[in-house]
Amino acid sequence: MRLLNYIIKRLLLLIPVLIGVSIIVFSLTRISGDPAAGYINEKMTPSQIEQVYEKYHFNEPVYQQYIYWLKGILEMDWGWSKTAALPVTDAIAVYFPATLELTIVSIMLAIFIGIYLGIGSAVKRNKPFDHTTRVVSLIGVSLPIFWLALILQFIFAFYYDVLPFGGRLDDFYYIQKLIPDITGLILVDSLLIGDLKMFFNGLEHILLPAVTLSFGTIAIVTRIMRNSMLEVLSLDYIKTARAKGLNERSIIWKHARKNAMIPTTTVIGLSFGGLLTGAVLTESIYQWPGLGQWSATSIRLFDYNSVLGFCLLIAVIYVLVNLVVDIMYAYLDPRVRLE
Amino acid sequence: MTDGIKGNGKSSINSTPTPAVKPQIKKSKPSTFNYDRLMKELEPRIREAKSSFSLLRENITAMVGLAFVVFIVLVAIAAPLICPPGLGDPMDIPKDFKMPKPPGAEGHLLGTGNWGADMLYGLVWGARTSITTSLFVVLTGVIIGLVVGSIAGYYGGKVDNLMMRITDIFLSLPALILAMAIASILERNLQNMMLALIIVWWPPYARLIRAQVMSIKENTYVEAARAIGVKKSSILFKHIIPNSISPLIVSATMDIGAVVLVAAGLSYIGFGVNTGYAEWGRMISDGQQWFLTTVTYEDTKYIASWVVIFPGLAILIFAMGFSLLGDALRDILDPRLRR
Repeated sequence: MRLLNYIIKRLLLLIPVLIGVSIIVFSLTRISGDPAAGYINEKMTPSQIEQVYEKYHFNEPVYQQYIYWLKGILEMDWGWSKTAALPVTDAIAVYFPATLELTIVSIMLAIFIGIYLGIGSAVKRNKPFDHTTRVVSLIGVSLPIFWLALILQFIFAFYYDVLPFGGRLDDFYYIQKLIPDITGLILVDSLLIGDLKMFFNGLEHILLPAVTLSFGTIAIVTRIMRNSMLEVLSLDYIKTARAKGLNERSIIWKHARKNAMIPTTTVIGLSFGGLLTGAVLTESIYQWPGLGQWSATSIRLFDYNSVLGFCLLIAVIYVLVNLVVDIMYAYLDPRVRLE
Repeated sequence: MTDGIKGNGKSSINSTPTPAVKPQIKKSKPSTFNYDRLMKELEPRIREAKSSFSLLRENITAMVGLAFVVFIVLVAIAAPLICPPGLGDPMDIPKDFKMPKPPGAEGHLLGTGNWGADMLYGLVWGARTSITTSLFVVLTGVIIGLVVGSIAGYYGGKVDNLMMRITDIFLSLPALILAMAIASILERNLQNMMLALIIVWWPPYARLIRAQVMSIKENTYVEAARAIGVKKSSILFKHIIPNSISPLIVSATMDIGAVVLVAAGLSYIGFGVNTGYAEWGRMISDGQQWFLTTVTYEDTKYIASWVVIFPGLAILIFAMGFSLLGDALRDILDPRLRR
């Protein structure tokens, strides 16, 4: 009941934030010059252009324009994406699965590697393993992600030639039109139709982008996990478990890990924003046909509609993810004060 | 009332020695007296600074960070001595309009990049760009955050509510994405990129300083100052802000590195400076078209990897230096952690 009240309160608090975000994005669309530009092309006659102005209410006062714009956004009219030659919402639908797949794989990598390294580093405190992990995670947070992408490409795709340069699958699959369209996630789809070869091909392709994207997150998760593990290991209940004669392995992996995971959960949720941001840079280097590459191309082509549509989408996702994380945190840790 | 007490205290101290001494000495007396008093007042602070510095010296990672930072600052200051600029804008890297040359080529210690732009020149002058950009963004962000945060935290109530809702909106967007949205509608140059970064960067500072001010204003010494009738503004500026500023210093130091990472990302995807400008992110995106191609220099074939590797390393060192320094400052500035 307490948790339910909290969730309702948080959902209500979401409304002013989303309105604020929409005002920011709306102001940006109006500052960027004539907002009608996104709907007009050179083949239109003046009367058609007049119709565009009429239809989208660009001749009316700004606050009324905002209401019409918001209505349009809610009715899924996000304007025309020149880059994709599709309406922005359709473009998002096309590019979203690729980004989702990449983000999920990256988060999984970050969780497994980060937690393992964090626990190992806390257990072997001040030993070489700990020092190495800390240095690597320090480098991880100070590394420009696009540079890492290029360097990994250089090492694994160019120099050793063991992994592909980019894309989601070998060209062969695109030429033969073998790609199923069930969920849009190639790794899932290929398993659904039982094509293992395609699955491993997809895995090969996703490895470098996912490692690049998750590198910073791995570093953060490792850091947080190490700190919270150290804190938990000094608590009384761990001493009790040791005094009982429980073996160290199950103390660390069962008793301590569970509580140390709580702060880490929040960090993983929060790093979602970082992953979406990193996707812009990573995807354009690995030619990953997702939202990030689309928005990076839109930037080069001065396609404001696409860029702002992307930003709006990311903002909404980010706000929702933060909400879920907070609720999860309250659920996982009963000590948290809900206010 | 307060002034009266203060005045009485001062005059009684000053007046006690006067009757016994001659008039000439009387004039110089207050200054020596003040000097001693100043030293007495400063003495604990000097002791504190000395012990801070010795703590810094004991901390190896902090010294590494400091060394990186000092190195980059020295390079930035000495840029005209290391690489004398040509006739044009010193921030434009001189080019010979030939193929990239490998490191060690005649007259080019670190080789050349796109259009034969000298790498060393770009790196050295790029240090200036990075330092000025990040310092400007962080300092402006800190000042805005300090004003907004301390007003919100100290006065509370409606002002606080309004200001925090505004920061909520800004914080609900990932930094690079918001900066992207803002930068996408502005003309693409360094000033506008900095403007976008400042808009993104101030809200966390405001939140930080607000929380600090709120906790510090409950302290007994603040209450005491209020009880004897010290003005509200001087309580805020003389008692609260100096005591709440140290977490801000830590986070600002770490952010100097973070700003450079985001700025490099922005200029990599095409915001910010024009091609050929001495900026590390731009150098990577300029060099990328030569990356992994084979260039011939004096009948030897080279894979052009230096065009990307060197600027990336520069960014890494810069970000790592400030991150390490900030980490160390956190330990040093917090009196509860240091002993």
